[in-house]
Amino acid sequence: MRRYIFSFICLFFLSFSAVAQDHQGHGHDEQQDAATTHDEGGCGHVEEGEFDPGATAFHHISDQNVYNIGPFTLPLPCILYSPGEGWSVFSSGKFHPNEHGHGNGHVAVDGYVLVDGLVHRVLDKSFPAGEVEINNHGFHSSIKTDKGEKEVPAICYNGRLYPVESRSYADGGVFGGGISSFYDFSITKNVATMMVVFALMAWLFFSVAKRYKERKGLAPKGVQSFIETIFIFIQDEVAKPFLGHHWEKFLPFLMSLFFFILGLNLFGQIPFFGGSNATGNIAVTMVLALITFIVVNINGNKNYWEHIFWMPGVPAWVKTILTPVEFLGLFIKPITLTLRLFANITAGHMVMVIFVGLIFMFGKGEMAPSLGTSIGSALLAVFMMAIELLVAFIQAFVFTILTASYIGAATEEAHH
Amino acid sequence: MIFLADFSVIKPDFGLLFWTTVFFLLFWFIIGKFAFRPIVAALKEREKDIQDSLDEAKRARQEMADLKAANEDLLAQAREERSKILKTAKDASDKIVAEAKTKAKEEAQKIVASAKEQIEHQKMAAMIDLKNQVGAIALDIAEKVIRKDLSGDSAQEALVKGLVDEIKLN
Repeated sequence: MRRYIFSFICLFFLSFSAVAQDHQGHGHDEQQDAATTHDEGGCGHVEEGEFDPGATAFHHISDQNVYNIGPFTLPLPCILYSPGEGWSVFSSGKFHPNEHGHGNGHVAVDGYVLVDGLVHRVLDKSFPAGEVEINNHGFHSSIKTDKGEKEVPAICYNGRLYPVESRSYADGGVFGGGISSFYDFSITKNVATMMVVFALMAWLFFSVAKRYKERKGLAPKGVQSFIETIFIFIQDEVAKPFLGHHWEKFLPFLMSLFFFILGLNLFGQIPFFGGSNATGNIAVTMVLALITFIVVNINGNKNYWEHIFWMPGVPAWVKTILTPVEFLGLFIKPITLTLRLFANITAGHMVMVIFVGLIFMFGKGEMAPSLGTSIGSALLAVFMMAIELLVAFIQAFVFTILTASYIGAATEEAHH
Repeated sequence: MIFLADFSVIKPDFGLLFWTTVFFLLFWFIIGKFAFRPIVAALKEREKDIQDSLDEAKRARQEMADLKAANEDLLAQAREERSKILKTAKDASDKIVAEAKTKAKEEAQKIVASAKEQIEHQKMAAMIDLKNQVGAIALDIAEKVIRKDLSGDSAQEALVKGLVDEIKLN
């Protein structure tokens, strides 16, 4: 009886979490692997690791070439470019990603394989082209690079381990990415999320705009009044105070930033919907900050540039200090925009995964202590969920208000 | 199963950079231009409408107040007018009454005067008549006396006495 109650309570709280069901699948998969894969086609034993909440969190917040909704793995289009081979376009369903899993494909397509939900490429040029059955159960091998030995994922084919490499990253190798042998322009989980959010927002705002046209001179109604509250808040509290009489010119940009970020933030919070982490990916926030940077500096007036390069009204020796600081500030602003949004959303998603993961870590222990811990961490997860909803709004708002203040500073007229 | 702990979200990948640019610009240019701009325009128009209505109401209220003040002025004026008219009317009636009184008095005096005059006239006429009659009577008496005298004293006396009784002033 107690066991049923425990299961019921756990399930009840788990239902609040986007990642919970996905993770149940993971645990299930683990047991299966342990039972069936003693020897992986001559490539040696796959070590069964303990449940690692950190690594699980990294996996969940990462972009994917498949879309996991609950127990289902939806394939997504892969658009891959390799400087040597040219373009390859196919569905990620061709990799045959395992159901209930984290997306390890059991088929290699033209040297591309799916490891941890992400497309990788076999380094060895002798690997056969076309669709090839492989063993892909979390192997890894070490390869030699110019920086010494490096542990990379690998796949097993014909009794041999083939190390694979990830797609190219635009980090210049600072975070372990760098340029590899291929570029991934796929419609990934994050891109698919952006498409859905774009479509939802377009539908929402076009219907609201239509309402304004149809109900001219009438009080707002339904979704119109809900959107209007947020809209007027951004208009009156963000655009007007910072931009003065320029507010109308920049309002569509600010609104687009706010609702694009808010839409993506909230979409990632929907339980059982993949928990996609678009605004928690630095590529997304980097693009937004870069566009902001361009908008700010294109609209910068004489007064703005003068304040950066030759601050009026201060002694010459102060200018020699101020100018480099102001110049650096030009670039620090978009960098902080990038990192703030990225870090907040990523941290939120990771905390969610870890709190839910706690249930699985303590679930293996004795009944009495694990019950308390599970309820505790489930409650914490619910609490975090609420906080994350707040953060979704706050971060969209902060990004927008900072952008407005930067544009405001760039377009301000001299008043000395 | 071992995860190679890969914090991939901090590494910007080219695909996501590209697609984010595409979708954000689409968002900005399509939703921004065809949804946000009309909404802002509609909101601005409504705000203006509300402001106009408020101004209108204020103006109407002001007008009403002005009208009320004007009405009160008019009323006060009318009251004043009325009292003035009443006063004039009273004055006029007083005057008429006074005039009538004087006139009546004068008339009465005139009537009295004329009556007196008439009485005087009549009196005079009566006196004249009386005088004439007295004269005639006296002449008569004198004639009769003269006639009787001729017949005796006592008879004369009785005659005079009878004559005098006869006179009896009317």
